[in-house]
Amino acid sequence: MRTTRIIVLALVLVLAVGAVATQAQDNVIRIASQTPLSGPQSVLGISMRNAVELAVEQLAGPIEELGFTVEYVPFDDQATPDVGVSNAQQIVNDASILAVIGHLNSGVAIPSSEVYNDNDLVMVSPANTNPLVTDRGYPTVNRVCGRDDLQGPTGATFAAETLAVSNVYILHDTTAYGQGLAEFFQEEAIALGLEVLGFEGTEEASTFEGILQPILALEPELIYFGGIYSQTGIFIAQARAAGYEGLFMGGDGFDSSEFAALAGDAAVGTYYTSVAAPATVYPAAEQFITDYTDAYGEAPQPFAVQSYVSTDIVLQAVLSLLESNGGVLPTRAEVSAAVRATENYEGLTGAITFDDNGDPEVGLYYVIEVVSGDPDAWSENTITAEIELPSPLMASMMMEEEMMPEATPGS
Amino acid sequence: MSSQLAASETVNVPSSSSPLNGIGNWIVRYILFPIGQMLAFIVGAAVLLTVISYLLAFLFPEPRPGINLATQITTQLPGMIITGISIGFVYSMIALGYTLVYGVLKFINFAHSEMFMVGSVIGFEVMRRVFDGGYLGAWSPVLLIVVTVLLAMLVSGTLAVVIERVAYRPLRGAPRLVPLITAIGISYVLIDSTRAIMTVTRNDFNLTYPTNQIEWLSTPIPVSFQGIVIGGSNIGGQLIEQIDADGTTYDTFAIGDETFENVYVGGLTLGGRPIRNSDVRNLTVGEAITPENVTVNGTALRDLIEIANVVNVRVTSIIVVISAVLMLLVLNFFVNGTKLGRGIRAVSQDQATAGLMGINVNRMIALTFFIGGAFGGGAGALFGMNAGTVTPYVGFIPGVKAFTAAVLGGIGNVTGALLGGLTLGLIESFLNGVLVYFPALGQRYTDIFAFSVLILILIFRPSGILGERVDEKV
Repeated sequence: MRTTRIIVLALVLVLAVGAVATQAQDNVIRIASQTPLSGPQSVLGISMRNAVELAVEQLAGPIEELGFTVEYVPFDDQATPDVGVSNAQQIVNDASILAVIGHLNSGVAIPSSEVYNDNDLVMVSPANTNPLVTDRGYPTVNRVCGRDDLQGPTGATFAAETLAVSNVYILHDTTAYGQGLAEFFQEEAIALGLEVLGFEGTEEASTFEGILQPILALEPELIYFGGIYSQTGIFIAQARAAGYEGLFMGGDGFDSSEFAALAGDAAVGTYYTSVAAPATVYPAAEQFITDYTDAYGEAPQPFAVQSYVSTDIVLQAVLSLLESNGGVLPTRAEVSAAVRATENYEGLTGAITFDDNGDPEVGLYYVIEVVSGDPDAWSENTITAEIELPSPLMASMMMEEEMMPEATPGS
Repeated sequence: MSSQLAASETVNVPSSSSPLNGIGNWIVRYILFPIGQMLAFIVGAAVLLTVISYLLAFLFPEPRPGINLATQITTQLPGMIITGISIGFVYSMIALGYTLVYGVLKFINFAHSEMFMVGSVIGFEVMRRVFDGGYLGAWSPVLLIVVTVLLAMLVSGTLAVVIERVAYRPLRGAPRLVPLITAIGISYVLIDSTRAIMTVTRNDFNLTYPTNQIEWLSTPIPVSFQGIVIGGSNIGGQLIEQIDADGTTYDTFAIGDETFENVYVGGLTLGGRPIRNSDVRNLTVGEAITPENVTVNGTALRDLIEIANVVNVRVTSIIVVISAVLMLLVLNFFVNGTKLGRGIRAVSQDQATAGLMGINVNRMIALTFFIGGAFGGGAGALFGMNAGTVTPYVGFIPGVKAFTAAVLGGIGNVTGALLGGLTLGLIESFLNGVLVYFPALGQRYTDIFAFSVLILILIFRPSGILGERVDEKV
């Protein structure tokens, strides 16, 4: 009994000393990331973590020359809001963490960023597409990807005009991401004259046979599913097996080679919109793909290159602050302001300028078609459409500018 | 399944003077009677739910504009029933594990849902290995399924025995809450260790059965319930021509005095797949049939084509049902017709007395755990084949549903588990099929209604539909 107690005490002491020791270092700058590293969406989350790690390794050099150490701390948000928030609490308590890269899921990013914002900690998101992420107007929250209120309508327009379907059955996974995307799709689909045969949410993850019965009876020409590949891949496999013969479409949640692994040949011909094209699309990302594949033994998943870019933006902001204030460790608020001020950043995915809400001023949206049921061929998916859309804030500013001459003709 | 475990002993007594009579008796007791019971449950629940659905359609003929509820129900009926039966059997098989253990120990084994999960993961490993090893060509499909299910049963059953020995037996005298908490703990240990093992060995969380790459498993069997009818009520209720959906095509058919040529319905293929009613509705000029161009007495032909009720039944669903029925027959025979089964029944009646009679109580309890675990594991492998993908978390929801089914049927009652599982499966399937047409409700609220039914039944019959097994004290 006594020895156990002593061992426990010793362990606690060691941990405490360790904690104090890490807190006490002055010249350490930490970058945290929050992505799902375990669970059904970990394929994407782990790839995002790897990309951030790679970015820190490759790009922290100039900061380290100024006498600072840049460290990277990955957190696992398990794609679960409460885990994300409790990690966020832990992150803001570590004074050396100056920025967070993350999350994968909007439903996790929204509550977690409340915590970051209360503590002036900047978050750059490679993947969160729900409008609410930036629409709250927080100075700390930015993203390098597009938005669902533009992504959903992009899909609806493609369905109505290019695929020329007349009706659609809409499903979503009841999360902030999936339901939000499905609603934006539905709104635009109705506006374009498509008949919406059903709008259903489901948390079901493995047996969709019951859910499929009304769909089979209604025979929609298109099923739109606002959800993540771990659910939608299985759904599509079962829908095909049950005899559904129409088309499938979804959002960027489909975008993972795991989708093909889950759905097999049923995946072929599925369309999905994306806010982030596969890394292979960007000419500048060639080196990144090589480095990533060398380091991790597999090709980067979607959002990896965006994670790399997010990290780069943060590191450049920190570097510019260190250079301008003579090597004094910047505060979190300063880093937030510097990130938001990012203008004409030239990165692997093209130029990025943040608007006042933290959205990129111009977003690129893609419609991609799955060409093979083989997960290894995922990067060969063809881009069938590429659309450039300004962020809502920019769009409204552009509207004002256009109206300006008319409004003030006399002056 | 004999309903009252102990009571059935009396049925055994009748004279079996001639051997022929004995065999006949055996067939009736262990094959015909249990199958009849299953059929009765299925038909009973399905008819009841169908009547309720049509009643609903009568009350709300058009819950949403453009939707005729009665028509939708008619179209969906076969699909809903088949889906309900196949998921219902899965629930039943898991529910058996809860109910058997409750029967002997009066304890809810909350780790049982993980037997199901482990079974589904083992099933995946077996199938994946056979598939990746390229042995599939050499293996007969039936053999593959039998091996997959048996290995899953064996591993899950053994695991259940180990858990019983390690985590429950030392606590047998402890207050009831203690083993309950242990069970929940074991459940988490199993989930996370499976997750850890699969992450290390496969580096994958979603475990996808290779069923979608096995041709004969992934090709659904079209079952025609009505055939395709051209004509129908629109022209005075006269049935003009019936064409089978199995591939028979008719070049010409007559409506009244008019004869139409080159009208293909049924077996015609469009782009390599069988033509379906959606195609007939939306065919464009250039295809074989142009219903818009053909009118009969001023009515477009498209309005004369009745919806064909062709349901694609998945091979895996059939496998689930057949395997479940076989396994349940074996279980029934084992429990009611063998010496070991009698031992289990004796222990569930009175542990102390059974011990005095020379029955090894611990061994019987271990055996019960093995059977329960094996059924859970077998259900897991079958479920995995049918669903296509499993994860270490897959056990939770079917586990809760199966536990519900066990309580619904009457916990501790083997027949009750079967009835409860099938009822719950069918209720769920019907709710999924019907709720979708009601705006503001929808499928996501299926569980509210399914569990309201449970609460209602339990209010009026606290010990379940069939009641808890009552010990017969002689």
